[in-house]
Amino acid sequence: MSIVAEKVSYVYMPGSPFEAEALSDVSFTIEDGEFVGVIGHTGSGKSTLVQHFNALIKPTSGKMTVQGVDIGEKGVSLNSLRQKVGLVFQYPEYQLFEETVEKDVAFGPKNLGLPEEEILNRVAEAMRLVGLDQKKIGARSPFELSGGQRRRVALAGVLAMNPEVLILDEPSAGLDPHGRNEILALVSAIHEERGCTVIMVSHSMDEVARVASRVMVMNHGHLVMDGTPRQVYTQGDQLQQIGLGVPATVQLSQMLRSRGLDVPEGILSLQEMAQWIQTQSKEAGHV
Amino acid sequence: MFKMSIGQYLPGNSPVHRMDPRVKLVVTFLIIIGVFFIHSLWGYLAVALYLAAVIAVSKIPVMFLLRALRSMTFIVALTFLINLFTGGGGGFRITLRGLELAVNMSLRLIFLIMASQILTLTTSPLSLTDGIESLFRPLEKVKFPVHEMAMMMTIAMRFIPTLLDEADRIMKAQMSRGADFESGNLMRRAKNMVPLLVPLFVSAFRRADELAMAMEARCYRGGKGRTRMKQLKTSSVDFWGVMVSCVLAACIVADHMLF
Repeated sequence: MSIVAEKVSYVYMPGSPFEAEALSDVSFTIEDGEFVGVIGHTGSGKSTLVQHFNALIKPTSGKMTVQGVDIGEKGVSLNSLRQKVGLVFQYPEYQLFEETVEKDVAFGPKNLGLPEEEILNRVAEAMRLVGLDQKKIGARSPFELSGGQRRRVALAGVLAMNPEVLILDEPSAGLDPHGRNEILALVSAIHEERGCTVIMVSHSMDEVARVASRVMVMNHGHLVMDGTPRQVYTQGDQLQQIGLGVPATVQLSQMLRSRGLDVPEGILSLQEMAQWIQTQSKEAGHV
Repeated sequence: MFKMSIGQYLPGNSPVHRMDPRVKLVVTFLIIIGVFFIHSLWGYLAVALYLAAVIAVSKIPVMFLLRALRSMTFIVALTFLINLFTGGGGGFRITLRGLELAVNMSLRLIFLIMASQILTLTTSPLSLTDGIESLFRPLEKVKFPVHEMAMMMTIAMRFIPTLLDEADRIMKAQMSRGADFESGNLMRRAKNMVPLLVPLFVSAFRRADELAMAMEARCYRGGKGRTRMKQLKTSSVDFWGVMVSCVLAACIVADHMLF
């Protein structure tokens, strides 16, 4: 079991006039190797939740166990936990600081105190994983690169720590549709190749539907839904109430169904939908 | 994350809050100067009473003022000790004259801190800069860029919370990559700050760039011919504030003449 949360609550600035409950009574279990999408509005507590996963913040009450470590316990080695759990923040390109791309990617492994050779291996491996040409840009300053490339460098910086759990907070925020697709494909590929647990925070249903095998929906600090994308999207009304809506493909199949077409449940990706429509129209003899 | 810092504006609607920032600035400035003319205990008593009255009217929680004083303890203590040992004249000795001087200086310092605290606690940064701009307006005659200075101050203050947030986020991001901001000696710690400071500076420059562009896009061209939504106006509150302060001024003058 990768992450276990038992009745976790978190209160910002308790005892002050600015007190606010960001998480209340959240419980769940995430297994090793799962790909989980966490969805919710701004202020729903999703970012607060994922910051618990590598003990940047600790629960006000309740218990959170990450890779067998109870993060609320005193004297827990944070470094060894953060080595296992890699957190990629929103707009991670703004955390780059080194003179060269290679040095920046090496920052994490260096902090782990790894031998020089191992660091070099990890840098090369991480850059390959995110699709950056080390020969071409390894020695360049990260500040010269394009936004999309910088984001990849930042992602490589976390991957170089070889995390067992990879957390991404809105990895596609601020990218154009093309860059968005690329990053999502990248995350999927990393999940497949490394087999690590991936937790992706997003506010886009479409994105999560495309890559995640499990969806957790947050609303006002509560975990309101938790299941496979299919299970979650069948509760379209409740999602609408929260104001999240369902992916465009699910909307389309609902509309087709109300027109009397027998659209099978569980069509989530655009390709599946296109394929189904094509076979249907062939059968009906339109083509 | 939002943090309360010392001297931060506490919104309110007391007469002290409602006073014209220009009047508050001038009065505070004069009190601070006046405090240095006091010689006797009676003078200090008058200032203490005056400040206590202002605090009572402004409804500032005393806790906030004490917190500011606490952070200044070191400076006050240092001033006291230096004056105590060297104030007597002629060598490193404790004398009655030295003690007197030490008490005097420390009290003045405390009153100075209190007065400026009351000013910043009851005046929003924006109206404070408005007041400064308006007071310095005459300097425009000698080509001093008053409006530009005030705008710079406003922008700087506007971005403090934003940059604090940003620093918090970058710090967390680097901590997830194993950065250590808390242990080690001074040199080591300073070196460890690089991963925080470089991105913070880069982002401050980026924000400045974007803000400049946004301001230009809306035809900002400096202070010339610019009107304000909130005009500064003096009212009866200011009249009474000045009157009470005049009484204090009279006390200080009397103190200076009599003792």
